[in-house]
Amino acid sequence: MSTNAPPLFAAREPIFPRRVSGTFRRLKWIILILTLGIYYVTPWLRWDRGPNLPDQAVLVDLANRRFHFFWIEIWPHEFYFVAGLLIMAGLGLFLFTSALGRVWCGYACPQTVWSDLFMTVERWIEGDRNARIRLHKAPWSLRKWRLRLSKWAVWLVIAVATGGAWVFYFADAPTLARDLISLQAAPVAYATIGVLTATTFVFGGFMREQVCIYMCPWPRIQGAMMDPGTLTVGYRDWRGEPRGKGGVKRQQAAAGAIGSGDAVARYGAAVDKHADKNTAGTRQARSGEALGDCIDCHACVAVCPMGIDIREGQQMECITCALCIDACDDVMARIGRPRGLIDYLALDDEPPTAPGARAAVAGLAEAPSGEVAGAARPAWQPEPLWRHVFRPRTLFYTFAWAAIGMLLIFALFVRPEIDMTIAPIRNPTFVTLSDGAIRNAYDIRLRNKHGEARSFRLSLMPDSGLDLALEGASGSIAEVPADATRLVRVYVIADAQDPAAMQQRSDLRIWVEDTASGERAFGDTIFNGKDIADERRANES
Amino acid sequence: MTDDRKIDPTTGTETTGHSWDGIEELNTPLPRWWLWTFYATIVWGVIYTILFPAWPMVSGATAGLLGYSTRGEVAAEIERVALSNAELESSLTTVDLAVLRDNEALHRYAVQAGRSVFAANCSQCHGAGAGGVVASGYPNLLDDDWLWGGTIDDIAYTVRHGIRNEEDPDTRFSEMPPFDWMEQSEREATAHFVRSLSDLDHDPAAAGEGAELFADNCSSCHGENGLGDRTLGAPNLADAIWLRGSSQEAILSQLATPRMGVMPSWQTRLGEADVRAVAAYVHGLGGGEATPEDTAPSAQADDPAQ
Repeated sequence: MSTNAPPLFAAREPIFPRRVSGTFRRLKWIILILTLGIYYVTPWLRWDRGPNLPDQAVLVDLANRRFHFFWIEIWPHEFYFVAGLLIMAGLGLFLFTSALGRVWCGYACPQTVWSDLFMTVERWIEGDRNARIRLHKAPWSLRKWRLRLSKWAVWLVIAVATGGAWVFYFADAPTLARDLISLQAAPVAYATIGVLTATTFVFGGFMREQVCIYMCPWPRIQGAMMDPGTLTVGYRDWRGEPRGKGGVKRQQAAAGAIGSGDAVARYGAAVDKHADKNTAGTRQARSGEALGDCIDCHACVAVCPMGIDIREGQQMECITCALCIDACDDVMARIGRPRGLIDYLALDDEPPTAPGARAAVAGLAEAPSGEVAGAARPAWQPEPLWRHVFRPRTLFYTFAWAAIGMLLIFALFVRPEIDMTIAPIRNPTFVTLSDGAIRNAYDIRLRNKHGEARSFRLSLMPDSGLDLALEGASGSIAEVPADATRLVRVYVIADAQDPAAMQQRSDLRIWVEDTASGERAFGDTIFNGKDIADERRANES
Repeated sequence: MTDDRKIDPTTGTETTGHSWDGIEELNTPLPRWWLWTFYATIVWGVIYTILFPAWPMVSGATAGLLGYSTRGEVAAEIERVALSNAELESSLTTVDLAVLRDNEALHRYAVQAGRSVFAANCSQCHGAGAGGVVASGYPNLLDDDWLWGGTIDDIAYTVRHGIRNEEDPDTRFSEMPPFDWMEQSEREATAHFVRSLSDLDHDPAAAGEGAELFADNCSSCHGENGLGDRTLGAPNLADAIWLRGSSQEAILSQLATPRMGVMPSWQTRLGEADVRAVAAYVHGLGGGEATPEDTAPSAQADDPAQ
């Protein structure tokens, strides 16, 4: 065994993302404000449901097993709504991933959003990339302590607010807030806040990209759901290579001089059509070698929150936050080249380049690029974006997603106002009474979702000839308290000579009527009688 | 130091230097914090096994410094529940059972507790659904036919003292004598009469003869019309419920060699609260009878203090 075995563990390389502005950064700000706003504000929204029901718009009431969402109330037996929503979330992820790659990771994942917020605080207190690198390398001085402590303090405030907002979803927010401050709240509330504060602080402040790379399963799964037609953030190496800090003096395309020159010329032709700023041409190094558009300024690397170089091709670490696009577009504008050297692109859309350059772009080699390369398309131009977003695969996901959504909405609207289940007692299936009558028993669960008590009258079909009675009550009316469930033991009795008493099974319909509103619902079940024929056979033998 | 390092030409990644038949392994180092997390779990594991029961020994396991046990936790939980139910339980032992239903909370508690008591102590004979076992002569407790009375106080008394129980002087007791001294034909005539009481198939001539025998030998307990007598536990012979079977053979067998049920007395084993709880549960199974208005509850109720 070698004494100089390579290290099996590596320390985290600190990342100092530079500030960037542009279209995607603006989009990310909007999504950040929107998602965080929804998260922090939602528990405080009120929704009047009447005197006996909570007035919190979104409330997960674990103790009473109720889920309130504005006008919708879900009870445990309706959990299939939640299951349906989870299936929709899964299909939605498939849809977005097949169309736009890891767009969830880049824009909406809480890990990304909170890390972004923490980085903003960091930049605000410690300065931009270069200042932070200097501070990182500096010895621990009073100033460094001051900056670090104030940064951690702000992070901690955000972390506490994050954990704090979470518990408000599970109890009446104003009451819980008062209890939390006066130290009257349940220990589990403090424990939850504590755990979420710690995870937010550590994951957003210190772990950041490590969570995505080493802890999260999504990068692997989402990578498997992408295909060559998926739009993702990538580097157009055929246009950028060979990179170099050459002269910015433009010359006419020297087609054939370099592997990518031809493509660059064609790209220029494409730009002719789409952009008024025609810059068809190429840069040249001082040595006279023709260069691609990449000036190797490392702007894309400096802004990357994951600390990778997008020019090396698609990588597991890339969360497709698109900040490198903003950074590169800015540089391209300054050197007078068309935007989009780094861009949202589909791998099967890109023209082929020299083998050496192509190898850097993983997956491109496998892409069916024959038609693109052929003479059939003399001037390369990317497919319009909608062609990548609307593909059979994404349409299928959209259809499945929408179908489940419609089903859930339909189920929501046809939910009965009177909710009951009938459970026949099967041990024993029937009881013979002293006058020979046959009695069956049923446990009927009546659910009252209203904010006031309701009375339900139970009855049978008028022509059934059977009698109905409730255990422990003289009439046939059961009262159910507000927002509660009541289990009622119901007896149905058939006279000895009734057909139902003399055959093994007969159908039975039990009606439930709200005595106040007159609303009715029924449930079908079975009445078990004595099987006379069977009994006779047994007696004869 | 870097001399021994090998770089994989295809990926540009360093290899671990291990080679198995020419197959080499790329070195993708784990993050160091992962290693520390791993060490932390080991430390946690060691501390845990010191604090909590863990290591198997020859007999039992190490107890752990905190003295925790799941048994202890269950015991504490039971104690907590018992404590929170103590008030209900004490009022159950003193409440007038006839009006138990009026106190909804107490009644619900009694029925729930009674359900558990029944499942643990009564279901072995009477069945989990309280439907009885006809073949063995264990009565059905769901119907409206009661040998010794079906008010909640009657049921509580039966549970408390049992039936034909030799250890309890207050037990419900009666005995049906064997009518083996009768002629076989006389027993058959009596059986025909008994079947006629509830309109079962019978020989009218034999039944007419049996009516006389019944009046002479049976009516003192079962009543002139065979309606039974609950003070003696004598069954009603005119209804549709037959604990020992309604066939001619079954009745003949019961006449010659009567079988009578026994039941343990539960007052010492269950205690008054559980006796009352199980009475409330059985009373609510569909056959319970209301306590008559004119009967003063104190006269009917059996004083547990005696």
